[in-house]
Amino acid sequence: MTEIIIIVLILLMIVGALVAIETPNLLHSVISVGAVGFLLSIVFLFLSAPDLAITQIAVEVVALVLLLRATIRCERDDPSPGHWLSAGRLAAMVMVIMLVIFSARMFAEFPEFGRPVIDRFADAPSNTYLRDGLEETGAANIVTAVLLDFRAYDTLGEATVLFCAVIGAISVLRPKAKKRLHEVDAEVEL
Amino acid sequence: MIYLLSFVLILIGLYGVLTRHNIIKIVISLLVMEYGIHLFLVVQGYRTGGVPPIVDSGIEKELWLQQTVDPLPQALVLTSIVIGLGVLALMVALSIRLHQRCGTFDIRKIKKLRG
Amino acid sequence: MNDPRERTGMSMIVKTACGWLKGFILLYGIHVILYGHLTPGGGFAGGVIAAAAFVLIMLAEGEQSALQSFSRKAASTWDCLGVLIFLLVAVLGLFVVGTFFVNFLTTPESARLTLFSGGIIPPSNIGIGLKVCASVYLVLLVLTTQRPGSSPSTPEDAS
Repeated sequence: MTEIIIIVLILLMIVGALVAIETPNLLHSVISVGAVGFLLSIVFLFLSAPDLAITQIAVEVVALVLLLRATIRCERDDPSPGHWLSAGRLAAMVMVIMLVIFSARMFAEFPEFGRPVIDRFADAPSNTYLRDGLEETGAANIVTAVLLDFRAYDTLGEATVLFCAVIGAISVLRPKAKKRLHEVDAEVEL
Repeated sequence: MIYLLSFVLILIGLYGVLTRHNIIKIVISLLVMEYGIHLFLVVQGYRTGGVPPIVDSGIEKELWLQQTVDPLPQALVLTSIVIGLGVLALMVALSIRLHQRCGTFDIRKIKKLRG
Repeated sequence: MNDPRERTGMSMIVKTACGWLKGFILLYGIHVILYGHLTPGGGFAGGVIAAAAFVLIMLAEGEQSALQSFSRKAASTWDCLGVLIFLLVAVLGLFVVGTFFVNFLTTPESARLTLFSGGIIPPSNIGIGLKVCASVYLVLLVLTTQRPGSSPSTPEDAS
């Protein structure tokens, strides 16, 4: 039953993603991708991942605000990129179809849905985390225990990446850079 | 089936990145691709009828171990979601700066990048 | 009507609803951060939720009102402070036990599944929550003052 619900939700996500990519209006596109993100949050809830559902729904709200800030004051229309069967599109379609063909073998070897990897390998790290997580760290939420105790180096790297991305965004948009850019423009025009 | 559907989501994002000309559309395609990858990773740890990986004191330990889903993909995807937000902010900042300089989001019209 | 805050932002209905909601959203974010080791959530989710409270103030009441409650300088300070808390917890493990990022506070059997358990996990959650909250708020603040439709020569606060 859960599988059918998840399949229906993913089909809705695919429809939303296609609308987001194909519609000519940028505002409609942003709203469609927001719908895809909220559907993904519901799928996480059905996949027994409440941490991910909470994070996804909060991140999606902030991402929508970011994208709306970018599109709301500019031209909203994406002029149609030529004929629907142009050379570039054809090449992209061929590449995507080739990827599907080559990955068919990979999907044939996948386990069926609902059988996690930790069942097949008894010494998988996840089994240790689940068995000894509460005793070793004292945290009942094993996902947090993995994030901040067993694999805290990953979280440190993540904090570094977030720090760099924020510094990059702020320095790209800082007001002083404009003057310098205009000076560069003036020099180029001279 | 679900693996294939999440792979289709990744491919839709790839198709959008390859064919669109608007920068915001490319950013949105990357976002769709990211969603597909997150879904693909989390589905691999799911167990039919599984419970969330949070220790419940009212249930026996061995029974709980046989029911819970894999916490490792969830932890790594949680990291990835927040990194995705940071990268999205950086991409939006760059495209806004580009729009201020060139007055358009269309990558075919942005010729100043050629130097 | 002479109050300058009346003229910025959205309509009065939105502002009143925001005034009711912002405290609860912030409180929920703090709850998610503090109880991250017992219930779903943690530093990342709670930080983004707490940032959403300030983003709501920014969208509904204008940037000046948001800057009054959480200034740009304070956001940078909290951002750096969050990373420093996280690193301090990591380095303390190096000094106390001898390994970077080791959980040096062991939880006694009786304290399990309570708020004060989990060793270094709640302090790390608080650090990460502060960091994520301040970063997301800072990015949206910069993007709001610099939107693509604005003319390139408007003077902004250069602090």
